[in-house]
Amino acid sequence: MSIEEIQQEIIAEFSVFDDWMDKYSYLIELGNGIEALDEKYKVDQNLIRGCQSQVWLNAECRDGVVYYQGESDALIVKGLVALLLRVVNEQPAAEIINADFHFIDSIGLKEHLSPTRSNGLLAMVKQIKLYAVAFNKMNS
Amino acid sequence: MKFDIKAIRKDFPILEREVYGKRYIYFDNAATAFKPLQVLKAVEKIYTQFNGNPHRGAHYMSNQTTVEFEAVRDKVQQFINAPSREEIIFTKGTTESINLVAYSFSEAFIHEGDEVIVSEMEHHANIVPWQIVCERKKATIKVIPFDDSGRLMVEKLPELISEKTKIIAVTLVSNVLGAINPVEEVIAIAHEKNIPVLIDGAQAVQHIAIDVQKMDCDFFVFSGHKLYGPTGVGCLYGKRQWLDAMPPFLGGGEMIEKVSFSGTTFNVIPYKFEAGTPNFTEVIGLGAAIDYLNSIGFDKIFHYEQELADYARMKLDTIDGIRFFGQTSHQSNVISFIVNSIHPYDMGMFLDKMSFAVRTGHHCAEPVMDHFKIPGTVRVSLAFYNTRDEIDRFVDALKKVVAMLS
Repeated sequence: MSIEEIQQEIIAEFSVFDDWMDKYSYLIELGNGIEALDEKYKVDQNLIRGCQSQVWLNAECRDGVVYYQGESDALIVKGLVALLLRVVNEQPAAEIINADFHFIDSIGLKEHLSPTRSNGLLAMVKQIKLYAVAFNKMNS
Repeated sequence: MKFDIKAIRKDFPILEREVYGKRYIYFDNAATAFKPLQVLKAVEKIYTQFNGNPHRGAHYMSNQTTVEFEAVRDKVQQFINAPSREEIIFTKGTTESINLVAYSFSEAFIHEGDEVIVSEMEHHANIVPWQIVCERKKATIKVIPFDDSGRLMVEKLPELISEKTKIIAVTLVSNVLGAINPVEEVIAIAHEKNIPVLIDGAQAVQHIAIDVQKMDCDFFVFSGHKLYGPTGVGCLYGKRQWLDAMPPFLGGGEMIEKVSFSGTTFNVIPYKFEAGTPNFTEVIGLGAAIDYLNSIGFDKIFHYEQELADYARMKLDTIDGIRFFGQTSHQSNVISFIVNSIHPYDMGMFLDKMSFAVRTGHHCAEPVMDHFKIPGTVRVSLAFYNTRDEIDRFVDALKKVVAMLS
């Protein structure tokens, strides 16, 4: 599936919730579902420090596509990490560089990406793209 | 006058606001407080009637703002019981006040190898300016620790002081722990060695009576917006002997006596430290806030807030797994906690969705978080317009949030 197709899939999934509580419960479920990041990757080099919460992000490039792994200490942020990684994982670096993660706005969670929340997510989006840029350069 | 909570709440129209379809309950007063109508009207009056640059013109409006602006200096002097009005300097906030002292004091008195002492529970605003100064002057910072109850370990101070100690900067009330520090003891120890002390009053002025002469501090700083006044205004009190000996912080209009290209001489205090057009509108708004608080009576406000904070602590204590940070014998209206291992961000987000405003995170005091090895806390900070009913609702909501996140 393309980045856009996955985003549409997530938007459809979230469209069933009309209550914020159900939506956030689902988000937390998604967060709890992500594979715990191996301790060896939980190093300062992979740490994205937010004012409120922290995010760890690791990335590898194999066979032209990027594999990201991430985690956060806050459940809501972890859920958002899960969603973001679902969109970008196993995608070609060139596609990730140009991706617009509009689904976050569509599912009503954009507030978590605002600079004032300073939960590390905005910096994570930037980091996802920086990895993609680096891998793209290596591959070309 | 009786402390009439219903009448008081009417003075703060913002308390009626609904957010997410429910009445918003605001418990983030330590970050910034709401402003009463009296302050809003004072600010409006400036813009609609007296918009003249103070001290600068011979015209009516300039004179009028000068009178009102300078009257606030007297109000602040009385408010903290400073010996003279010239020792009150208007800044844009606590942070600027501390930066002013750090810069100007260090220019005159701090040299290579000297030492500055701060405490472990300081807000970043009372750490970073000193770090910048120490970097510049090749001086070092020493730290007074606090114990796990949040008590400042003043007994450690004598061993930290050396011949090289030039200034000590300590907060009166911790913005995270809510502990009210025995700053008189710090000042007494420091003064035995003739070391000046700066007291950060940002979290104190709205909650406890301040008497800088009794306290005998050398500098005292606070912000207007936490004292129900506008943003962008703060105060610095400094003993004349220090202020006179310190060079200016910023250069510009107002702070000069005479300017020529062969050299400039500086004005006397307080003007020496008030370069440029002063924030007269905000200062006059702060004056209205002080008048308003006086009209209710500080004693009544402090008493009501203390009872409310005690009630909140008692109610919060009924939540299983709650852990308080700051449990000294002398606590303010700031209550920090976490519940089990629930992340403060998650708790804050859910509370927000339920229309409660609390602060979460490290509260610009990362050394405090490092002390307890936690990522942050949830902080409830109360004001005299908050009620027991709001606390009851909050505790009920918090119980639901804990159940959802456990």
